[in-house]
Amino acid sequence: MKSVAIEARDLWFSYAGPPVLEDVNLTIHEGAFLAVIGPNGGGKTTLVKLILGILKPDRGEILVFGKHPHRVSHLVGYVPQDTHINREFPISAMDVALMGRLSGAGGKFRYSGQDRELTREALEQMGMWKYRNRRIGDLSGGQIQRVFIARALAAQPRILIMDEPTSSVDTQGQTELYEFLKELNKTMTIVIVTHDISVLHTYIESVACVAQTLHFHDRGEITPEMMEKAYPCAVELLAHGIPHRVLADHEDKS
Amino acid sequence: MIEALQFEFMRNALIAGVLASIACGVIGAYVVVNRIVFISGGIAHASYGGIGLAFFFGFAPLLGAMGFSLLIALIIALVTLHQKHRADTIIGVLWAVGMALGVILIDLTPGYNVDLMSYLFGSILTVPRQDLFIMGGLDLLICITVIVFYRNFLALSYDEEFARVRGVPVRALYVVLLTMTALSVVMIIRVVGLILVIALLTIPPYVSERHCGSLMGMMVLSTIISMFCVITGLFLSYSFNLTSGATIIMTAAAVFFASTLWNLVRGALKA
Repeated sequence: MKSVAIEARDLWFSYAGPPVLEDVNLTIHEGAFLAVIGPNGGGKTTLVKLILGILKPDRGEILVFGKHPHRVSHLVGYVPQDTHINREFPISAMDVALMGRLSGAGGKFRYSGQDRELTREALEQMGMWKYRNRRIGDLSGGQIQRVFIARALAAQPRILIMDEPTSSVDTQGQTELYEFLKELNKTMTIVIVTHDISVLHTYIESVACVAQTLHFHDRGEITPEMMEKAYPCAVELLAHGIPHRVLADHEDKS
Repeated sequence: MIEALQFEFMRNALIAGVLASIACGVIGAYVVVNRIVFISGGIAHASYGGIGLAFFFGFAPLLGAMGFSLLIALIIALVTLHQKHRADTIIGVLWAVGMALGVILIDLTPGYNVDLMSYLFGSILTVPRQDLFIMGGLDLLICITVIVFYRNFLALSYDEEFARVRGVPVRALYVVLLTMTALSVVMIIRVVGLILVIALLTIPPYVSERHCGSLMGMMVLSTIISMFCVITGLFLSYSFNLTSGATIIMTAAAVFFASTLWNLVRGALKA
């Protein structure tokens, strides 16, 4: 039996309004490769922020390795969706990646030799070491994403969480990215938030479909029931680019 | 122009300008990259309420401005952290109310006709000696804070959410940042006045940004540009008998336009 990486119990959350997440229960085992899918505004990013400890649940609890998320933040690597933040910012790729080595307020003024060594390894792993002195804004979206992944890996996390990882890379880049994540999955738990359902079958082991409530499926497929929950009308299904066979299975109940 | 230096007021003005430039360059860099220009403007204008309080109750205006602007900075920090979507409106309100409070309190102060202009446009030529020590002390405090928390402030400025995930105490640092901004603003008011503070706080960092590879580099370069503007402006105002604060700002504006023009020309040549 593998140990539990992330566990949510009776989780409720709202932003000063109707609940965004309702009675969510979820168990992610260590070594999983999980995709979180669902409609826009369905609560995917909210769930990620709860796992990261940026948000606190209204009711219920969320535990990462059996502890409150902010206590184990050093075990979780996070890659945000937006690679276009602050492109004018005067900072090198190396300095961005080094941020992965921050932990708490820290008494140290400087990064240690070990911090730099681990950051170098992470940048090399992502093929970005040669760009370390480039200004971040001079890199392409895909390259910035690689720096962001290196920044997450520099922390030596046991869980890697990526928000919409395919939004800033082309088709070729997507395949490479997923091949890389598959390799990485041998040593760590991976959670990705995605709209891109086309890759699910090949790479993903389990799917959590979030649309206010959560539906968990422990195989890399989407069932018609999940689709109905996530994308309640056929137009939405088409708009989200679902393969035809799923459409055929889908019966509109209304 | 060297003969101007024989006057003590001119020497003090130069030292005040250099000391204010350090705060300008360091904090201005944070103000620009964190996009808190409007907040700094709010703090600067609202601080006039503190000057009014100081005159009405009879204590040092510098102390009044400092205390009041720190209070405003704290309120703005809380509002920005808890009610982000309406923060700009509330800053606008504090901006106006602070100034109105200052004007009314000075109206009510019996037998005192304060030179309002010196606070609005600066009075660098009348900086007393003890103020130089206060300014130096504030510079030292700001520089030590920035050096100790450099990595944390960098993470906060570049990617606040990621900083939070890494356990950086983002909220506390944000309060510290606005506190340092308030202290710097009060110091710069001495030099160019509260209306022109924004220009000196933003032009040098803005000009520096694209020429620097790091935030620290940006701080150093904008401090140098700021010193250049203050010293040049001061001598121009002495030579042509112009208001010093406004002349300093016009020098900074000239640097701003020259830099923008240079970037346009360079961009056109590259294309």
